[in-house]
Amino acid sequence: MGVERQLPGFVTSKLSTAVNWARKFSLFQYPFVTACCGMEYMAVACNRYDISRFGAEIPRFSPRQADLLWVVGTVNHKLAPFLARIYDQISDPKWVLSFGVCASTGGFYDNYATVQGIDKIIPVDVYIPGCPPRPEQVIDALIMLQEKIAREDWEEHYDRAPAIEVPA
Amino acid sequence: MSQNALKKLKTKFKAAVVDSHERLGNETAIVSREKLLEVCQWLFSDEKMAFDMLSDVTAVDYQNRQPRYEVVYHLYSTTQKHRLRLRVPVEEGQESVPSVAGIWRAANWGEREVFDMFGIRFEGHVDMRRILLYDEFVGHPLRKDYPVQKSQPRMDLRSPERDAVEEFRHFYQDRNRPA
Repeated sequence: MGVERQLPGFVTSKLSTAVNWARKFSLFQYPFVTACCGMEYMAVACNRYDISRFGAEIPRFSPRQADLLWVVGTVNHKLAPFLARIYDQISDPKWVLSFGVCASTGGFYDNYATVQGIDKIIPVDVYIPGCPPRPEQVIDALIMLQEKIAREDWEEHYDRAPAIEVPA
Repeated sequence: MSQNALKKLKTKFKAAVVDSHERLGNETAIVSREKLLEVCQWLFSDEKMAFDMLSDVTAVDYQNRQPRYEVVYHLYSTTQKHRLRLRVPVEEGQESVPSVAGIWRAANWGEREVFDMFGIRFEGHVDMRRILLYDEFVGHPLRKDYPVQKSQPRMDLRSPERDAVEEFRHFYQDRNRPA
């Protein structure tokens, strides 16, 4: 538009683009690790694959301080309400990554105990297949999530319904 | 060594040991429910037997057989280095066995798990309630007549589980099982 040329030191952009750019490179994660996929999550987080290159550096073990929920491993019906509670405790904007087949679909645990995919409980942004997924797949999913965040309408998170209906 | 233990058990408790076998080196005695405590007490305290470790308590559901269930105890002696398995037949309709948690403390949680999964109660157990599943759960999932995929969600799901898969259940249902 030529504004930059006339006013050196200024950059023009859409507000949503700027906000989304900030959001996608500062993903504070809450690892909800329940099963063997956790080892692969650690591999991704450690220096060989190093997800801090993508701004998803620090795991936060309090949902209040996180905005990306990693559900890593099998979730059973006994655990389901607690996962939903943790999802609700994360303040908006928030995203969910489903790590591995068990979290995504229940995997081969097609039985009385296992939730057939965490999307029965909470909304999911990106699913990662694999049992367990390779770190490359996880990084691919993280980049997909960043691309998704970049496309978002930045007010989209304002009126999201909670997973658990709390009686007034 | 384990053969000796089984032999001794059989001579000592002729009436209690209903049957026994040594297939594949697994010395096993089938013990009647009424005599279980007496047998276990002897296996634990006798010097030559000295079964001081209860490796596992579990159960089997044979469904179409009479008696339907069997509770299985795996015993090991850390001093004599021998092993023994006890199997206790349990009739359908009267699913209860005396608790051996007073002899081996390890039986406490094992018996609770058997109760949780098979619904077999252990008389004299101090804390007979579910250990793995939640209290709202109805039924016992490792019984063969419990539907394989029947889940009991604790909260409202965003979409119903396996609505499509249930239709195909009859394709892989056991043919020997009454429909």
